[in-house]
Amino acid sequence: MKRLMIGNEAVARGLYEGGVSVVASYPGTPSTEITEFLSEYPDLYSEWAPNEKVATEVAFGASLSGVRAVTCMKHVGLNVAADPLFTLSYTGVNGGLVICVADDPAMHSSQNEQDSRHYAKASKIPMLEPSDSAECLAFAKEAFHISETFDTPVLFRLCTRIAHSQSVVETGERVVPEAIPYERKGEKFIMMPGNAKKRHPFVEERLQKLTAFAETSPLNRVEEGGKHVGVITSGTCYQYVREALGDQVSVLKLGMVWPLPVDLIKNFAASVERVVVIEELDGFIEDHCRNIGVKVDGKSIFSPIGEYSQSVIAAAFGIEAKPHVVLEDPIPARPPMMCAGCPHRGMFYTLKKNGVTVLGDIGCYTLGAQPPLAAIDSTLCMGASVSGLHGFNRGLAATGRTMKTACVIGDSTFVHSGMTGLADIAYNGSNSLIVILDNSITGMTGHQENPTTGYNIHGDPAGKIDLESLVRAMGINRVRVVDPYDLAATDAAIKEELAANEPSVVISRRPCVLLKRVKTNPPLEVKTDLCRSCKKCLSLGCPAISFRDGHAVINDTLCTGCGVCAGLCPFHAIGDKEVK
Amino acid sequence: MKTVNVMIVGVGGQGSLLASKLLGKVLVDAGYDVKVSEVHGMSQRGGSVVTYVRFGDRVASPIIDLGESDFILSFEKLEAARYAEYLSPNGKIIVNTQEIDPMPVIVGKAVYPSHVLNELESKDVTVDAVDALSLAEKAGTAKAVNVVLLGRLARSLPAIPKEAWQDAIKSSVKPKFVEVNLRAFDLGYALD
Repeated sequence: MKRLMIGNEAVARGLYEGGVSVVASYPGTPSTEITEFLSEYPDLYSEWAPNEKVATEVAFGASLSGVRAVTCMKHVGLNVAADPLFTLSYTGVNGGLVICVADDPAMHSSQNEQDSRHYAKASKIPMLEPSDSAECLAFAKEAFHISETFDTPVLFRLCTRIAHSQSVVETGERVVPEAIPYERKGEKFIMMPGNAKKRHPFVEERLQKLTAFAETSPLNRVEEGGKHVGVITSGTCYQYVREALGDQVSVLKLGMVWPLPVDLIKNFAASVERVVVIEELDGFIEDHCRNIGVKVDGKSIFSPIGEYSQSVIAAAFGIEAKPHVVLEDPIPARPPMMCAGCPHRGMFYTLKKNGVTVLGDIGCYTLGAQPPLAAIDSTLCMGASVSGLHGFNRGLAATGRTMKTACVIGDSTFVHSGMTGLADIAYNGSNSLIVILDNSITGMTGHQENPTTGYNIHGDPAGKIDLESLVRAMGINRVRVVDPYDLAATDAAIKEELAANEPSVVISRRPCVLLKRVKTNPPLEVKTDLCRSCKKCLSLGCPAISFRDGHAVINDTLCTGCGVCAGLCPFHAIGDKEVK
Repeated sequence: MKTVNVMIVGVGGQGSLLASKLLGKVLVDAGYDVKVSEVHGMSQRGGSVVTYVRFGDRVASPIIDLGESDFILSFEKLEAARYAEYLSPNGKIIVNTQEIDPMPVIVGKAVYPSHVLNELESKDVTVDAVDALSLAEKAGTAKAVNVVLLGRLARSLPAIPKEAWQDAIKSSVKPKFVEVNLRAFDLGYALD
């Protein structure tokens, strides 16, 4: 049946048809939906793992047992999984093993714009890259064959515009191969030096064989067109090239971006007058072409920053830009912000009010950095708020300075990699204040369960880590829970813990207001006769509150009745709607 | 046929995902090659959101560039202005007249440009302004703004019969929301 699928769903479908039996992932935009769609298939095992390293190791174990396994993550997740990745290259696989990684050029929802292809080259693992949803499905199936044929994990690269674009696919049947019997093979799977030394030559030979495969595999293809210019491209750029240039150029379309072919590129280059490599982010294919002695243009024309589009390509080939409307008046930006009723708001307001320097982390609550709250000083990577705070406080202490400091980290991020930072604080004893923003869900990526929520990927009851007990067991004596909707109690807790002389953990607990299981209150209203136009409520940065005709106004359709603004108003002008 | 480009723009949370899902389904069922591109994640938290829908005989790029869009379906007035430069010279903006203040306006750092539709009209852009919020409330829920506007767009795509849209609504939304969405679609469709 023909239907529209986003790339991520098509990858899931391809993996499903390809016989995957075990899936373990940590959510991360734009990769999350691959695992969500896989979890909807009944005849395979899927889970959210605490982080990408664990997820990759789960997939390794499943492969070792003899079944086809998958893990999916965003580009920065692959940094976390890099440790198993590099040695997985040496062990190879038993059952087929696919590692999906989604890059985010233009950083729609990411903290950097790293190019994952470098991991394929550095770890000597093949990498496939589809250009639309139909290829997502076909390549995902092919990935298992490559994995088992060449005894290698396979990286499967997506970018935002492939992962989140829908195009037409035709689905097929699921075929699950017989499980490969498990046999103990120490020389292959026990990577201590004596064995690893013997495996490294295998890795180099495998790369040679994969290069030979790349020369003739239908994953890479030449599309004949004009001979003045030949374009080498892959992924979403292929579509932009086709849109902008049609058949004015010949195209070498690469579906396998590592290892790259040699003869295929040389022959293609010989068939055209000039070769241009068009690839988003780094000049990865371009560097390879230079290394094999093929003269190309690439990053001398195209930026290594952000996403491309058909007009970017067209402009580079001298095609005139399309006419369009230009408005003179400036249009106010509409940045993303914390939702009306977001439980994080009360905590950020309190931290700002107390003049606290706040090291932040990765999640919805990163939006606490936006004005007017502007309550976050740094965001680096998953877990860095906790360990960073320890270092910050040690730096202050070492030079005799004092500041009010804290860190904020979500429940899911804390389990992902905040716990190890807290171990450092407990062990090396810095007087740090850790605020765990426990909204009982992995929020930013669209509501995935995690080990603290009590539910598994299917929403069924599951093991539940008790954060208070965990933190105490790690050696933190001062542990307390506050409701961030209660500004007075939150303020008292923060003041007391900032004054304490030992590490403390404040768990700011209130489920995400967007969760289906959360019942919201009726919207509040501003009593205009009591409102003195002080605008204090506006300092919360709540999207439901605006200022019109000289007083604050609450938007009925957005307000969740959380009451934080009512608690803040000095004139008691905000309250329940009067029944008329 | 020439590829037709439709952009759906609005504020995160306004329901653009359902609108693009319905539009995409109708177009695929009608036999077109279709691409729909949207960005999930951070921008959806009350930020400006955009979805590209392209259909024709063969569609390559999943995105729409400056000056290329035949239609812009805007769920909010300011967002219509933000993306107006994507409109092709003969293009049409269908815009919900609702105003949602962005944070710079809420905190007093910027002023909401309420006259923005007049400015668009002065640039010879075809502006179809619709009070979709009132119509959605009339249909039964403020949340159906998306389907009211889709009904309005349907009038501009005469190649697709009304029944196809109604079938898509019936098969894509939960049974208890079918009636209200069909009413919302009709109110948008019937508007003169």
